Amino acid sequence: MTTQNQAIEDHLNQRYQHGFVTDVDADTLPPGLSENTVRWISAQKNEPDFLLQWRLQAFRHWQTLSEPQWAHLHIDPIDFQAISYYSSPHSKKDAPKSLDEVDPKLLETYEKLGIPLHERAALAGVAVDAVFDSVSVATTFKDKLAEAGVIFCSFSEAVQQHPELIKQYLGTVVPYRDNFYATLNSAVFSDGSFVYIPKGVRCPMELSTYFRINAANTGQFERTLIIAEPDSYVSYLEGCTAPMRDENQLHAAVVELVALDRAEIKYSTVQNWYPGDENGKGGIYNFVTKRGACRGQASKISWTQVETGSAITWKYPSVVLQGDDSVGEFYSVALSNLCQQADTGTKMIHLGKNTKSTIISKGISAGKGQNAYRGMVRVTPKAKGARNFTQCDSLLIGSSCGAHTFPHIDAACDDAIIEHEASTAKISEDQLFYCLQRGISEENAVSMIVNGFCRSVFQQLPMEFAVEAQKLLEVSLEGAVG
Amino acid sequence: MIVIDNLQAEVEGKAILKGVNLTMNPGEVHALMGPNGAGKSTLADVLAGHGDLTVTSGSVRYYDQNLLDLAPEERSHAGVFKAFQYPVALPGVKNAYFLKAAINAHRKAQGQDPLDAFDFIQMTKEAMVRVGMDESFLQRDVNVGFSGGEKKRNEVLQMLLLDPKFAILDETDSGLDIDALRTVAEGVQSLRDSKRTFLVITHYQRLLDTIKPDFVHVLANGKIVKSGGPELALTLEDQGYAWLSDVEGHNDKS
Ligand SMILES: Nc1ncnc2c1ncn2[C@@H]1O[C@H](COP(=O)(O)OP(=O)(O)OP(=O)(O)O)[C@@H](O)[C@H]1O
Ligand SMILES: [Mg+2]
Repeated sequence: MTTQNQAIEDHLNQRYQHGFVTDVDADTLPPGLSENTVRWISAQKNEPDFLLQWRLQAFRHWQTLSEPQWAHLHIDPIDFQAISYYSSPHSKKDAPKSLDEVDPKLLETYEKLGIPLHERAALAGVAVDAVFDSVSVATTFKDKLAEAGVIFCSFSEAVQQHPELIKQYLGTVVPYRDNFYATLNSAVFSDGSFVYIPKGVRCPMELSTYFRINAANTGQFERTLIIAEPDSYVSYLEGCTAPMRDENQLHAAVVELVALDRAEIKYSTVQNWYPGDENGKGGIYNFVTKRGACRGQASKISWTQVETGSAITWKYPSVVLQGDDSVGEFYSVALSNLCQQADTGTKMIHLGKNTKSTIISKGISAGKGQNAYRGMVRVTPKAKGARNFTQCDSLLIGSSCGAHTFPHIDAACDDAIIEHEASTAKISEDQLFYCLQRGISEENAVSMIVNGFCRSVFQQLPMEFAVEAQKLLEVSLEGAVG
Repeated sequence: MIVIDNLQAEVEGKAILKGVNLTMNPGEVHALMGPNGAGKSTLADVLAGHGDLTVTSGSVRYYDQNLLDLAPEERSHAGVFKAFQYPVALPGVKNAYFLKAAINAHRKAQGQDPLDAFDFIQMTKEAMVRVGMDESFLQRDVNVGFSGGEKKRNEVLQMLLLDPKFAILDETDSGLDIDALRTVAEGVQSLRDSKRTFLVITHYQRLLDTIKPDFVHVLANGKIVKSGGPELALTLEDQGYAWLSDVEGHNDKS
């Protein structure tokens, strides 16, 4: 037995000896990944056997895979044996003990974003229980949802309370074999969110991870599942504009959406990972698999995302348009500044008749940022009357950054109508001078032009989120020019 | 008082302004004329602080300040306004938003609170009537798809709203129909008072008929080669610039 396995073994013994975890250190699994790790995680969460078996299948498959090579990202090799795959929510060994220990730059950003004081500590990852003043808010929130029959809870809770739903839907949109990171996630996922909207119910409020208090510690392998029964509607908001400090460099989340007949799911993300210090050190690698299945007739899924932050982002929210007359939408703003690399885009797979998809992608590159858009529209032979409209715009700020677009169209059906528009613009010296001459500072000028550029995507966000997103871009672009 | 003293400037290593001298007092209107490529717009850009231009020699005194020491937006806050010969389009930026940003940047520099939405709209609508612009232009993106004349009216609108102390108009009369020309001229006339200075760059007498400048200068080959009263513009209209090349040659030799 290797020393790593020995260590896990010790942990298992410790747990079984005492029946519960006693000291802080025992809450965190030592680095390393093996079948035992997977079993340990599943046991820790008291999961039913079907879930353990599913994790193990994924793990065995993962062992046969090798890490993908990316055309447009420069990534240092990741040592998967050097990662710890389980950390209980309360153990944050390297976390700062108080706000005094937090990177002052980060605090400055919170200030600028107007994050309330009492939330800053939690966002900065300070090792105290996340005490929100919003506990009462969260409670009224839960009552209202229960009244409507909506289930909104952590993934672990759903596994305990609604195992039949998990069993029915888990992995049906993103199978565990899907890709290297999705497979890894399937084997070792820590926690995440679960949403179920019953038939005919219009969810009475926007569901935001912000209100799910334990979401603060869902860890690096997050898993989300949203199910919308026929004729239901839900709008789900993920993330917040505050940069999240996190000691885990690698994040590999999976999000699965299922929309049944005439159901609509709107999924909005505003993401601002900690990009690392000035040298990009400590920045987050963000590899996410997000996919929605429009399984029902005339169902609709739309992804809206505003991304800044992480050192490396790799993410393609996609929609599989199975039901006839179903609709898929993707609206995206991706900003890369400093040394950030973003490789994002979407896939729209048309299977049903008269299916429609819209893609609006806005890429902003500043500093030495590199932004790549990769889009795929596939129309299968049976998808009669399929339509797609794609608009893909890039905005460059300065001359050391880059934008790349890789549209891919694969239409196997003659009567498909596919339109693609693309543009690249640069914020010119003359535009800036015009603003300066009118007394507007360079930073305000840039943010004004950038906001104008993003307007068609921001319009898709719920009002409050849109205002936050706008502010976020402003802060993220500070010092981008001059 | 604005005193331009032996101003020399270059762009990409090429000398454009070769020693400009010009003194302008409050209340005066100066017309600047001269052949294409003489350096008129370059002079306007140097005064406004365009980053592409390098001042190699000389100075510009702006009341009690050294103008060349100020950043472009500080010059704007200090009252320097330039109506652009070719106003720049800002796709995605609504005209109303842009105007408000400019006004509030000025107010902030003067230690005033931002204008509230109601006052802004009222003040802007009034000014738009004066320059003959429809309110719908507030909802359009800055200069995007504006006709040549509409762009120039939009420049005058900004001048009215920002209430400058020193206004430079770079060919604001070019490409205008007769009504627009009258609008621009009236815009200048309405702002004319004992404290304000205008530098009006133009090729045509038409604008000067209404404005009646106090002085007319001719810039050629990077220097002011002739100055005079309003009658100089009439002579130029009549005879062109050819007769001045003698003057220039003569000056160079001395
Ligand atoms: N970026 C540049 N690179 C090289 N030459 C330049 C540049 N900008 C301006 N110039 C040159 O400087 C000279 C003066 O140009 P300027 O625009 O000031 O002329 P002007 O007097 O305003 O002419 P017009 O009456 O045609 O508007 C011209 O010869 C022009 O080609
Ligand atoms: Mg000119």
